[in-house]
Amino acid sequence: MSFLKVKDLQVEFRVDKKMIKPIEGVSFQMQKGEVLGMVGETGSGKSLTAHAIVGLSTLAGGVIGGSIKFEGQDLLSLSEKEMQSIRGAQIAFIPQNPMTSLDPVYRVGDQIIEALRQHVKISKREAKLQVIEVMARLNIPNPERVFHQYPHQLSGGLKQRIVIAIGVCTNPKLLVADEPTTALDVTVQAQIIRLFKEMTVERGISLFLITHDLGVIAQVCDKVAVMYAGNMVEFGSIEALFKNPRHPYTKALLDCIPTIGMAKGSLSAIYGSVPSSGVYPSGCRYHPRCPYADEQCRKTMPPLLEVEVENWVACYKYYGKK
Amino acid sequence: MEKIIEIKNLSVSFAVRGGLLLRKIGTVKAVDDVSFSINKGEILGVVGESGCGKSTLARLILRLIEPTRGSVTFAGIDILKLSKKVLRQQRRHMQMVFQDPYSVMDPRYTIFRSIAEPFQIQNIRFTTEEKRKKVDDLLELVGLSSEHGFSYPHELSGGQKQRADIARMLALTPQFVILDEPTAALDVSVQAQIIKLLEGLRERLDLTLLFISHDLSLVSYFCDRVIVMYLGRIVEIISADLIGKNPHHPYTQALIESIFKAVPDEKSTAAPLEGEVPSPFNLPRGCVFASRCRYAQPICLEKSPNLEESGDGGQVACYFPLDSN
Repeated sequence: MSFLKVKDLQVEFRVDKKMIKPIEGVSFQMQKGEVLGMVGETGSGKSLTAHAIVGLSTLAGGVIGGSIKFEGQDLLSLSEKEMQSIRGAQIAFIPQNPMTSLDPVYRVGDQIIEALRQHVKISKREAKLQVIEVMARLNIPNPERVFHQYPHQLSGGLKQRIVIAIGVCTNPKLLVADEPTTALDVTVQAQIIRLFKEMTVERGISLFLITHDLGVIAQVCDKVAVMYAGNMVEFGSIEALFKNPRHPYTKALLDCIPTIGMAKGSLSAIYGSVPSSGVYPSGCRYHPRCPYADEQCRKTMPPLLEVEVENWVACYKYYGKK
Repeated sequence: MEKIIEIKNLSVSFAVRGGLLLRKIGTVKAVDDVSFSINKGEILGVVGESGCGKSTLARLILRLIEPTRGSVTFAGIDILKLSKKVLRQQRRHMQMVFQDPYSVMDPRYTIFRSIAEPFQIQNIRFTTEEKRKKVDDLLELVGLSSEHGFSYPHELSGGQKQRADIARMLALTPQFVILDEPTAALDVSVQAQIIKLLEGLRERLDLTLLFISHDLSLVSYFCDRVIVMYLGRIVEIISADLIGKNPHHPYTQALIESIFKAVPDEKSTAAPLEGEVPSPFNLPRGCVFASRCRYAQPICLEKSPNLEESGDGGQVACYFPLDSN
C-alpha cells in the first residue's frame, strides 16, 4: 500500500459561469519517508495539487475529481470535520510566504501553541515546554526569547522556521511544503533546505516539496513530478529525470538554467509562453512550444503512462500513436 | 579600454527616525565607500543578498537619489554636479529596467503610449507616422509584434511586459543601461528568453550594461565582470570566468556553496553559512562579513579591510583572501 496515492486528480473552478480545469490528469504515489518534489512554472498547478491534498481547494470552491489516498484512506470522501482532524495533525502544510502566514498581533510562541493544542490535549504550560523544544530542534537561536517576540521582530529566515515549527509541532507523518524558500535569500535558503533534509532523514517525515527550482529538487528529493499547464508530464526518480529526461518540456526546462562556468551564448530558451488556464490548447498542452509535435499531439492529450519501471511520461514519442 | 562610468567613494546614508518626536536615532549606511568603473561595451554584474545595497547603488548612479559623498562620472561628465535641466537631458543616455514588470507600466496607457512617452519627455518631435514607425521597430526589436502596441499592460504576460519595458528603455538609444533584477519575477523558461534577448541586443546595439541580480549563476553566465556586495560594501570584484574557479572572498565562496546544482550526483556537502545578514544599523567596526565568516581572525573585527588588487585582475576586501588551492 502506498503512503500517499493520488490518482487522476482534477480540480475544477467556476469562473464567470464557465468551468475551468486548472488541473487535469495528475497521478503519482509516494512511500513513507520519501521526499517527493514537484516542479513547474507559474500556473502549472503545483500549489493547487498541494491544496487538494490538504483539503484546501474544496474550501475555495473547487470541485475535485479522482482520488487521493493517504495510508489507504480516501481523503476526498471525508467530511470537513474529519479532514480537520487530519490536517495539521497527520498532514501539515507549510505555505509559501512566511511574511504573510503569521498573525502580526500575536507572539510567535503563542501561534505555535495554538497549532499544537488544536490537535493534542495538553496544558498551556506543557505546550510551551514542547514548543520551545521544537524551536530548539529547528535551530532557532535563543528559543525562550524568540517565543515571546512578534513576527515583525524576526528576520525572514526565522519567520520561516516559525512557520515550519507550526507545521511539525504535532509530529505529522506528511509535510506538504509549497515553495518554502522562494522568499528567502540564497544563504538562508541553503539553511532551510538542509533543515528539511534533516527532518526527513532523522524523524522519518515524508515530504512533498513544491518548488520551481530544479537545483533544490536535485539536492533533496528522491522522486520528482514535472507539471506543465495543469498536467503532469513526467514522474520518476531524480536520477532518471536529470540524466535521461524524457518529456521534451523537462529537457527544455533543464537547458534553461544558467550555471557557473557555462559558455557564453549557450543558454537555450523555450519558444513561446505557458498558456493560462481556461485557454489551454487542444491535445497535448505543450504542443505549440514543442519541436516534435505532430498531428496526433495537436488532437488528443497523451496519457501519463509507465514507460519504464517507476518512470511515467505523458508523451506520444515514448509509447507510439494510436 | 575606454571607461564609460567611473564611480569614486560613493556613499549614502539614510537617517532612521524613531520615538514620539521622530528624532534621528541613527543612520543606515546603505552604500558605503564604493568605487569601481565600467568599460565601454562591458556587462558588469552586481550580486548580493537583499539589503546589500545593490538597488540603492543603481539609483545613485542615475542620481535618482542624492549621495552623501562621492562622485559619478559618465562619459567624462560629473553627473552629481549637473543642474536638474541638464541632468534630464543627460538621462536619455542612461536608462534603467526595473525588477517588477507588473508595476512599471502605467495601467491606463497602451503599450504604444508607454513606449512613446520618453520622446515626449525628451522633447523629441515626431510626426504621427514617424512615431508609429519608431515604436513598431522597437517592438520588433524585442520580439513583440506591432499589435502588442494596442494592448494594455494587464493583457500581457510577465515576459511580454518585461520585453515592452526593454523596448521603452531602448527608445532613446541609450549608451548605458542598468538592469535591476530584470528576471527575478519571471519563470526560468521566460528568464532564459529575456537573457537571450539581452544577449542579442547587446551585440546589435553596442550597449554597456550594469546587471543587478541575487542569482550568482545567472550573473556569472551573463556578465563579463562581477561585483559582490555585502551590507553596502564591495567585498570582491572578479572576472566572471573566475567565479567558479577561484573566488577570493569567503562571502563569494559561501554564495557559490549556497547554489543548489541541478545535478543529483553532485550533492552539496559544504555546511551552509550560518546566521543571516545582520541589520545595517550600527555596522561593526571591522569587516562587515566577520560575524559570519569561518576564517575570521581578531584583526577582522578591529579594522575594515580595504579593496585591494587580488592578483588576477580583480579586487578583494579581505585580510586573508582565499587561494585556488
